[in-house]
Amino acid sequence: MDLAIILALDVLNGTASLFLLCVGLAIIFGMMKIINLAHGEFVMLGAYATVIATNAGVDIWVSMIIVAPLFVGLVGLLIERCLIRFLYGRLVDSMLATWGLSLLLIGLVTTIYGNTMNGVPTPLGGFQVGEYRSSWYTLFLAGMAVSVMALVYALLRLTRFGLIARAVMHNPNMAATLGVNPDRVYMITFGIGAGLTGLAGGLLAPLSGITPVMGAAFIAKCFITVVGGGATIISGTLTASGLFGLINQLGAYLTTPVYGEVILFLSAIFLIRILPQGISGRFFKGMS
Amino acid sequence: MMNVLEVQGLRANYGPVPILTGIEFDVGEGEYLGILGHNGMGKTTLLKALMGYLPAMNGAVRFLGSDVTRLPIHARARLGLGLVPQGREIFATLTVRENLRMGLAAARKEDSRIIDDLLTDFPRLVRLLNRPGGALSGGEQQLLALARCLCANPKLILLDEPTEGIQPSIIEEIIETLLALRKRRSLSMIVVEQNLEFIASLSDRVLSIQKGRITGEVSREDLLAGRVGLAVP
Ligand SMILES: Nc1ncnc2c1ncn2[C@@H]1O[C@H](COP(=O)(O)OP(=O)(O)OP(=O)(O)O)[C@@H](O)[C@H]1O
Ligand SMILES: [Mg+2]
Repeated sequence: MDLAIILALDVLNGTASLFLLCVGLAIIFGMMKIINLAHGEFVMLGAYATVIATNAGVDIWVSMIIVAPLFVGLVGLLIERCLIRFLYGRLVDSMLATWGLSLLLIGLVTTIYGNTMNGVPTPLGGFQVGEYRSSWYTLFLAGMAVSVMALVYALLRLTRFGLIARAVMHNPNMAATLGVNPDRVYMITFGIGAGLTGLAGGLLAPLSGITPVMGAAFIAKCFITVVGGGATIISGTLTASGLFGLINQLGAYLTTPVYGEVILFLSAIFLIRILPQGISGRFFKGMS
Repeated sequence: MMNVLEVQGLRANYGPVPILTGIEFDVGEGEYLGILGHNGMGKTTLLKALMGYLPAMNGAVRFLGSDVTRLPIHARARLGLGLVPQGREIFATLTVRENLRMGLAAARKEDSRIIDDLLTDFPRLVRLLNRPGGALSGGEQQLLALARCLCANPKLILLDEPTEGIQPSIIEEIIETLLALRKRRSLSMIVVEQNLEFIASLSDRVLSIQKGRITGEVSREDLLAGRVGLAVP
């Protein structure tokens, strides 16, 4: 029984972190069809922002939840204006350019802060389930994932900006014909996607080794989740995070963490083979 | 009287292929202008070039006195140019109400009274408001596309083959609505068509287009008699 609870918490943890990590990528890919290969580095920047702000005396919660998304969101806006906006509709070029960007960001951070950095401690401490231990932070991550989900849903479904963004995603020329500047919508959307990715980086900073190349550990998982989830941003990312989080944690429990990842990738390839439009392309057609 | 639109020597290409080869015409204030032409003569291309979908290779477009030849689509829309495209381009996953709200997207504040007002002219849409736009029939989509365009309160509407695949009763409805609207708003229109009856009952003046050029005016008598003088290509 205790073991079952711990396993369930592990799966919850895996799902929540995966969702937080992917939602920004899903927004940027879903809305603009930009494959952002610098996604992992956005996570890394969020983690660095958190660690640096915390070490400078800022409260750790403020660093994670406010400083990290704000900083990475602004960096995202800058990058969109200088680079990404020339790449809409050019899939291959966008991959090359963002790959270059990821190398640039890694190089920059390495030059400034060196190869490693002391992390921040995990706040909140732990609790006992029978003979096992778990941390409150896991539950906090789950709460954050639910909040982000609610926020993105509300933004897309309940606000005027969300309506305009969905229309632009569907048919940018027609939206422009009604007086919307698609360029501006893309810019804001990219900033939001980057900001949410920075938030993920901030929230995972206490759990990760802080290095300039830490993004590489996340990026493959993020991409299979977004592709596996399909075109609808919230429901797709959520179901794919749940499914892959479950497979990853159970695989890791039954074998070893390394095989857990292998099993995850194999099942993702299988899933994409049988559902080329992603889970949401099959089950949630027309939602977002 | 000022012209709403003045087009001079407009040329436009698809890639290397010239499609519009020197278009010249004006639209007067409050005028409903018809443009008649066979398939592939460049009607849609003309409206797209006026709206800014494809760049002018040459020539000039003046709208309400300002030069819009190089403006992007959304800037022309904000000046008061509206397009109801061929194929309607309804946002399929948005509801009918959301499609209409998109007509207000350029307004600083969204005023739902504008939509309610407009719905009195489009009673058919009222019970469809919460349906996804993609789930409407072709005729209903045409009405929605027109209503969505009108939400933005355009000064000049570009209407591209609204009768394509539409039953006569809805065609009647569209004609009546457009004739009623011009009495209440300062509205001009370019309607591009192959349906002679439709164009005759709506237009003050009819031009013919052939191979990317305006070839002349079609008189009312010829139009009603079906002698439109268009060379079959
Ligand atoms: N996207 C495109 N790329 C290349 N050529 C095009 C494109 N769209 C249209 N054309 C060509 O431009 C010419 C004019 O097309 P256009 O759509 O303006 O005709 P139209 O008068 O609107 O015809 P219809 O009555 O069938 O709608 C045609 O010869 C067509 O083949
Ligand atoms: Mg056409």
